[in-house]
Amino acid sequence: MRYVDEFRDPAHARVLLQRVRERMALPALRQRHPVRIMEVCGGHTHTIFRHGLEALLPAGLELVHGPGCPVCVLPRERIDDCVAVAAHPGVILATFGDALRVPGTRASLQQARAEGADVRIVYSPLDALALARAHPQREVVFFALGFETTMPATALTVLQASRERIANFSLLCHHISIVPTLQALLEDKDVQLDGFIGPGHVSMVIGSHPYEFIAHRYQKPFVIAGFEPVDILQSVLMLLSQLAAGEACVENQYARVVAEGGNRQALAAVSEVFELREHALWRGLGDIPRSGMRLRQTYAAFDAERRFGLFDMAESVAPEPASACCDQVLKGCCQPKQCPLFGSECIPEHPVGALMVSSEGACAACYQYRR
Amino acid sequence: MRQLVETLFAEAFDNPYLAKMEDQARLDLSALQAVGDRLAFATDSYVIQPLEFPGGDIGRLAVNGTVNDLAVGGARPLFLSCAFIIEEGLPLPLLQRIVRSMADAAREAGVKIVTGDTKVVPRGQADGLFINTSGVGVIPKGCELAATRCRPGDAVLVSGTLGDHGAAILNARGELGLESQWSSDCQPLHGLVEQMLARCSQVRALRDATRGGVAAVLHEFAQASACSMRLFEAALPVRPEVRGVCELLGLDALHFANEGKLVAVVAAEQAQALLAAMQAHPAGHEACIIGEVLAGPAGQVQILTGMGSERLLDLPTGELLPRIC
Repeated sequence: MRYVDEFRDPAHARVLLQRVRERMALPALRQRHPVRIMEVCGGHTHTIFRHGLEALLPAGLELVHGPGCPVCVLPRERIDDCVAVAAHPGVILATFGDALRVPGTRASLQQARAEGADVRIVYSPLDALALARAHPQREVVFFALGFETTMPATALTVLQASRERIANFSLLCHHISIVPTLQALLEDKDVQLDGFIGPGHVSMVIGSHPYEFIAHRYQKPFVIAGFEPVDILQSVLMLLSQLAAGEACVENQYARVVAEGGNRQALAAVSEVFELREHALWRGLGDIPRSGMRLRQTYAAFDAERRFGLFDMAESVAPEPASACCDQVLKGCCQPKQCPLFGSECIPEHPVGALMVSSEGACAACYQYRR
Repeated sequence: MRQLVETLFAEAFDNPYLAKMEDQARLDLSALQAVGDRLAFATDSYVIQPLEFPGGDIGRLAVNGTVNDLAVGGARPLFLSCAFIIEEGLPLPLLQRIVRSMADAAREAGVKIVTGDTKVVPRGQADGLFINTSGVGVIPKGCELAATRCRPGDAVLVSGTLGDHGAAILNARGELGLESQWSSDCQPLHGLVEQMLARCSQVRALRDATRGGVAAVLHEFAQASACSMRLFEAALPVRPEVRGVCELLGLDALHFANEGKLVAVVAAEQAQALLAAMQAHPAGHEACIIGEVLAGPAGQVQILTGMGSERLLDLPTGELLPRIC
């Protein structure tokens, strides 16, 4: 399969691993041991575990699994909102399959469906709009979640719904942005990181410029990476080369997909439809100011929060259980297996903490592939 | 309606056992004893949407599914029962097509549908059509296939490409918006099994890899035998279109259902002979050696990745959910 097999080629991987080992042996890096690199995106975390990459990396090089899994960081209260909306008579709640099993404080959407709510899995927000067209007597609510990767599709769907004046369609908007969260991590004194493997799909939309502050202000190398094993290994090598040379800049390993300026049309649609929220809650991390999006006033008619009288989420939400180490794992201060709940109380079928929720969460990936 | 349905079934499944129109089928014991020394008896219920899909339909599935459950015990499948639960309003032409397809599948598999039942339930109480089939077959003397018999060092084989049925159904639902269509692998496996057992004496265990896919079967083998299973990722046979669906949706072909594939465990010294026997049969021509049985840890299934590292292969947790965001 083109664009997949060549980036999973073991021969390429072996060459890259040899170079990684050579870099790690350089004096400039030896004195840094351990070198700690965060892969920001859940997709990268999944690749790393699925292909067993950690076991192949030399000693002294640690991968820290970051907060870039939009499903993992969904607050339970947001799922409660979905369940409440889905319970309204006549509502069809359309969601990506990713969110179906995420537990709310009482129930997941899967449980709500079993209890009789009309919850449907869609592959695109446009599928949800098609549902609204097909069922004009029903109220179709799309649960819009994800980072900048999925924002443009949601924005274009809202613009389409607006053009067609579809009145029975709305969004429960939980789009979030990863960039403010990276800044929050860099400001945290507990977090010791030497560089970042940057998110590929988010960058396809936003380009590479929004990360420049990481290199300039915080002096951390940042390499935007693809999602196959060879992509990850090459990105690690690029980061180590920067570190060895004492440099910090933003580089793009995923040039076959990511353009420096991002996707202008996508960005234009996003800024037409969405604006920043002052506060956004992340499960496991708490409030990260100006990291969430909501619909602009112009498109308020499509806002399910207004339509169903939901309040903008309060600043205080139910904290993770005290014994869970989610925030420590997210910051790279602790490995999933070191959490006392890992694999006992907290398992994928019954996640206690955020990172066990989706297969792209660090704990779920570790449980699934390493245990 | 009732009369119509009964006439339809009697005509389509026509055989001397059914023609007697008694409340039960009467099977001659001496004829069964001529085949082997144990009766194999299996049942399964079939619920699927859409009812018709590329490569099959619920009727064909209901015949082959139960035939295969018997076959992987080494049995020669002989007789089936079938029970229909029909939702009021199911279009008659659709039912006719399904029943005829079921009759064709039974003929192809050499089994007779000898007894049956039909219930019609009000609209909304069934999803179009549910079918249950039970099957009886006979196990030849000396055939002792069992998951508990897997031993360290044994080889693990699969009879063809993984996940064709699961991916075909996902695609047939029309939600993926993919242009190409491909077929379910729905087929009977008893002819293949007969050939495998005729040529290899050291086959330990067989199982058809239906719901839960090859991953679920390997977990069953690992638990029953208290061994562990190791797969070679590079050796797994997956069609490009199925791989495409998996890559797109973040799913694993090892978790996809198959309806005409089996997993076999055989003593290492007969692995090549079994592979040749399988590849010589139309139902196994894409067979591969995909792994090996290891001493431990008991119950574990691992994958040797293409990168040369090892990881676990987990059981699928319930419904396979696509990853989008």
